[in-house]
Amino acid sequence: MPFNQFSRRALLKGGAAALAATALPFGSARADTAVVLGIVYVGPKDDFGWNQAHAVSVATLKALPGITVVEEENVPETDAVAKSMESMINLDGANLILATSFGYYNPFVVDLAKKYPDVQFRHAAPLWNKDKDPANAGSYFPYLNQAHYVDGVAAGLASKTGKIGFVAAKPIPSVLSNINSVLLGARSTNPNATVQVIFTGDWSLPVREAEATNALVDAGCDLITCHVDSPKVVIQTAEGRGVKTCGHNASQAPLAPKGFVTGAEYKWETIYKQYADDIAAGTPLPNFLVGGYNNDMLRNTAYGAGATPEAIKAADAAIAALKGGFKIYTGTLKDNTGKVVVDKDYDNYDPYLDGMNWLLEGVQGSIT
Amino acid sequence: MTAETADAVIAVKRASNVKALRLAETLIIPIGALIASAVIFSIFLLIIGKSPVTFWQLIWTGGFGSSFSLQNSLQRAAPLVLTGLAFAIPARIGLTMIGGEGALVLGGFASAAIAIPLVLNHVPPVLTLPVMALIGMTAGGIWIGAVGWLRYYRGVNETISSLLMSYIAIAIMNFFVEGALRDPASANKPSTMPIGDAYRVGGIPGTDVHWGFAAGIALALVLWVLMSRTTFGFAARMTGGNPRAAKAQGLPVGMLMVSCCAIAGACAGLAGFFEVAAIHGQANASLVAGYGFTGILVSFLARHNPIVVVPVAILFGAIAAAGGVVQRRMGMPDATVLVLQGIVFVVLLVSETFYGRFKLFQPPSTGDRV
Repeated sequence: MPFNQFSRRALLKGGAAALAATALPFGSARADTAVVLGIVYVGPKDDFGWNQAHAVSVATLKALPGITVVEEENVPETDAVAKSMESMINLDGANLILATSFGYYNPFVVDLAKKYPDVQFRHAAPLWNKDKDPANAGSYFPYLNQAHYVDGVAAGLASKTGKIGFVAAKPIPSVLSNINSVLLGARSTNPNATVQVIFTGDWSLPVREAEATNALVDAGCDLITCHVDSPKVVIQTAEGRGVKTCGHNASQAPLAPKGFVTGAEYKWETIYKQYADDIAAGTPLPNFLVGGYNNDMLRNTAYGAGATPEAIKAADAAIAALKGGFKIYTGTLKDNTGKVVVDKDYDNYDPYLDGMNWLLEGVQGSIT
Repeated sequence: MTAETADAVIAVKRASNVKALRLAETLIIPIGALIASAVIFSIFLLIIGKSPVTFWQLIWTGGFGSSFSLQNSLQRAAPLVLTGLAFAIPARIGLTMIGGEGALVLGGFASAAIAIPLVLNHVPPVLTLPVMALIGMTAGGIWIGAVGWLRYYRGVNETISSLLMSYIAIAIMNFFVEGALRDPASANKPSTMPIGDAYRVGGIPGTDVHWGFAAGIALALVLWVLMSRTTFGFAARMTGGNPRAAKAQGLPVGMLMVSCCAIAGACAGLAGFFEVAAIHGQANASLVAGYGFTGILVSFLARHNPIVVVPVAILFGAIAAAGGVVQRRMGMPDATVLVLQGIVFVVLLVSETFYGRFKLFQPPSTGDRV
């Protein structure tokens, strides 16, 4: 039977090739490029969120001469990531590793950086400590709350009720800062605006995210935004309910043709391009690279049908102000239990804000 | 006299013959199934326009092709050996216990929690680590032991209860890790206090593979002896065949069920201990990595034989290790490897129905077979 013949032949071929492979140094095929960049993602590359934002940016590097990109998706925050990165180094000859999930850093990136001192490791969260961590490791991170502030500015004018719903994953500082920034942005254009927040408890819980979105709409919110790994479900559910949306991480504009206002997006390619240029020029990579609108590391998604002309005008002005060094947490601010949590003007990168464990007055919700 | 001896010799010969045939059957059927799944998967690759030759080459390169790749596979296999055993032992007594994930998480969490006072009081690692392992195994053992107790004494379906208990275990860990036992330094990823490098379980000398792999092999041997060479194992297997008959024979069925479940929980708890002590250095949400559920597949493929769990776990480790290389070199999504695993699983389950169906493996009938 032809079927049998085919399968046997394929198997024999496969077996012979496998034997040949053991004899060949397989990794050498890629040694002709100067930079072999290995990047690991915690979820799928097309998640409409965090991972997609990285993948889209890294894709812009693939066209550059002298750069090879190797990618691996759905790598959990266990020793699997250590082994994946090590495999990129040993089998693909990677000399720059980008670890894009928070939990990859300690112990995995730190341990591997010690083991492979000739390979550069960069991790997408501000965790590198120059006193403790190896010199060939480092951090890069844009402060997305600045773009969420812009979302808030637009939302304050795009929302009719002034009630904004926020679907959040976990009550950790980076999430809380985004919630508070949306509130401060919204209050700057609508002093009566409020933000109602629901924590789902984890980064990717699509069913609970849909429930939370529906609950917020039922509670009277007419504009929904979020901070979860993939905002796809939140944005689609809100669009289905006929309310407006602001996005997060990557562009969700195609998901909400009627109600999309704008979204907070990372511009990772600024950082990735800089790394590539530095390596090409032979200059050492910066160990600690953080930023925001002031150094072109963020963008807001192109305005959608939900954005009113006034909202667009105010948001554009807010972006210009942030580029010029506008500070978000200023003056005296109380949290929603009445405690004063901000008593002076804080720089947008002040370490105090990295330890945020409060929700401002005007945010309905609790972190405990 | 002589006629009787001759009969006995024939009987012994026949018995050894039967044994050899049975061994051949248990080897050839699964290997045939693996080959069949490789063929099916190759056809799948051809349909989506990828080269099967490159694929199998990369599986070899990434899984076994170099000392690094081999260690990569073994390291990934380490938790799967233990969680495979956690499914296999209850399976021998007829229970479908799928809660290994919960026992792993709870065991890992318990060992990280007990480590906090010990590390703070500078108890030496040589004492701390065994205590951690013991606590992890105990926590897992009690957790799954309770599933066995509920099964026998309250008639609660063990599959459902063990699955639900898994969710409870994960919730318990999250509750403490995000609350009372949270290390204040772990702002954006709630975790317990790190045990520190001095307390980490290292690699087996000369390799990167942590000691959890060796512990898994040792435990697999011990449990194989227990299940196939002791009266306990015989009683457990008999109960698995027919619990009512076992009970009618006066076997302590309840005790056997609870014990087998407790052993299973201890295996998974030990896996959790190694995840904490060898990998993460602390307990956090990363413990929930799905090893408990992959262990179910491992055990099924090993036909719930503790020894066979080891090579099957290595095979799974290798597929996972090579999966990354396949993604990187062939530009295929991560789901490719899941498709392969799914095909292997279904084909092996189908192959189960072939046992006893091939004349080749049947001893010549003497007419007195019952």
